[in-house]
Amino acid sequence: MCLKTTVPGNLGAMNYITEKLKIIFPLVLLVLWQIASSLGFFPPHNIPSPIQILNGLRELIVIGLPPGSSLFLHCFESLLRVGSGFLVALVTAVPLGIVVGRFAVLRIMLTPVIEVIRPIPPLAWIPLAIIWFGIGFQSATFIIFLGCFFPILLSTISGVLSVEKRLIEAAKTLGATEKIIFLKVLIPGSTPSIFTGARIGLGIGWMTLVAAEFTGVKSGYGLGYMIMVARDIQRPDLVIAGMVAIGLLGYLLDVGVRRFESKLLRWR
Amino acid sequence: MVLELINLSKTYIDPETQQTIQALNNINLAVRNGEFLSIIGPSGCGKTTLLRIIAGLEQHSAGEMLFNGEQLAEPWSRVGFVFQEYALFPWRTVSENIEFGLELKGIPKSERRQRAREYIHNFGMDGFEDKYPKELSGGMKQRVAIARTLITNPAIILMDEPFGSLDSQTRNTLQEFLLSVWQDSNKTVLFVTHNIDEAVFLSNRVIGLSKRPGTIKFSQEIAIPMPRDRTSTEFNQYRKEILDFLHRERTSPDRSEKTGPFA
Repeated sequence: MCLKTTVPGNLGAMNYITEKLKIIFPLVLLVLWQIASSLGFFPPHNIPSPIQILNGLRELIVIGLPPGSSLFLHCFESLLRVGSGFLVALVTAVPLGIVVGRFAVLRIMLTPVIEVIRPIPPLAWIPLAIIWFGIGFQSATFIIFLGCFFPILLSTISGVLSVEKRLIEAAKTLGATEKIIFLKVLIPGSTPSIFTGARIGLGIGWMTLVAAEFTGVKSGYGLGYMIMVARDIQRPDLVIAGMVAIGLLGYLLDVGVRRFESKLLRWR
Repeated sequence: MVLELINLSKTYIDPETQQTIQALNNINLAVRNGEFLSIIGPSGCGKTTLLRIIAGLEQHSAGEMLFNGEQLAEPWSRVGFVFQEYALFPWRTVSENIEFGLELKGIPKSERRQRAREYIHNFGMDGFEDKYPKELSGGMKQRVAIARTLITNPAIILMDEPFGSLDSQTRNTLQEFLLSVWQDSNKTVLFVTHNIDEAVFLSNRVIGLSKRPGTIKFSQEIAIPMPRDRTSTEFNQYRKEILDFLHRERTSPDRSEKTGPFA
């Protein structure tokens, strides 16, 4: 074994222990929870034990809820909704943000509009979404889109504003037209900021989605919908198992974006 | 004459005080082809503004600016600019930075890369092709910036205190480097600096701008053959002349109040 032999003694050991703690600590919590449940401290019909939840998770995967609708299908449907809303937000908010960031007139003109629409929770748009698009995929996309749009827009604007004026001038003296400045200076220059916005947007989109699915879906799939079914049949273990799936997927989405980011932004 | 400025003036309105400020007043200057011309002057005299006007980054308010006898709508087709703070694109590698101007001209990638490689080699940066600017020293960054400008083959290179933020060792090295690049390329260079030693070491001619509003008050040919010895008597004589000029400018009565709205 050649594990960490180059790290000096005590410091290496400390780091090693700290590193392990982030796994050990949650495990200890789970074990304590399990012990408390087994000793009967928690009523099993309200607060299921970790083992019950794990079994619930297996049930969701193997049998599905309602039976036949596996957890993976629910995840897939939810991801599809988030993905489409997020993509629509990305392709609209980024170009708009770059134009607004570049031209002060637009910024002055649009800021009040943005600042009034932005605090409206995406869920407050659900009634309107249903009137406009009916219940279904389009409505879901629209709601997610609203959740993702503003963080991406605002980060893109601030990204453009953070691009050094010198770089724009340097491009100009090398013969760049306004179009080239957009494509080869403003877009790459604001990419780090766009990524921050995309991560926030995706997080909000994911949270919005699950809440939106509580209010009803037509297709019969979706993590939020699945959890509501679990509530209707009084199964807290399945509810929590569904919540765990939501947390894990949200985490994986963020890790995915961060990986992509650090690969794309090696220059930073 | 590769560049002629005739009665060039620049006024602008200070965005904070709303006062009209005259930055440059009746600049008359004829720059010879292949000349290395340094511009010195007290801080705030408009040296940088002058360069920015020549580069087309700002507009002059009055007078004329002629390139080889003609007016140009897009000065950057003839003029390159090197900034003090390098202004490299941080998301582009050394090679990609140098290639930028060629890319805009639609030159194919392989040819671009080849030509950038020649500059990288001649500028002593072999092995740094794929490094990003954050991985380079200040001196190295400025070499990349100079290469990025030279590769587009401008007739005139404008340099705004290009070595201003380098330590004196690196500064001297880059001065010698620039001198050899200039001698090989036969370019015309307009060089703004605060550093008198640098101006005398590099230039065919040094001009001095007065306090605001900047106008040319001093012009001196430097008649020492290259390479120059920074410690020679004649070198120091030129230095003294320029120092005296700057001293006179600093201690002359302030004329800037005359440029207010009731002037």
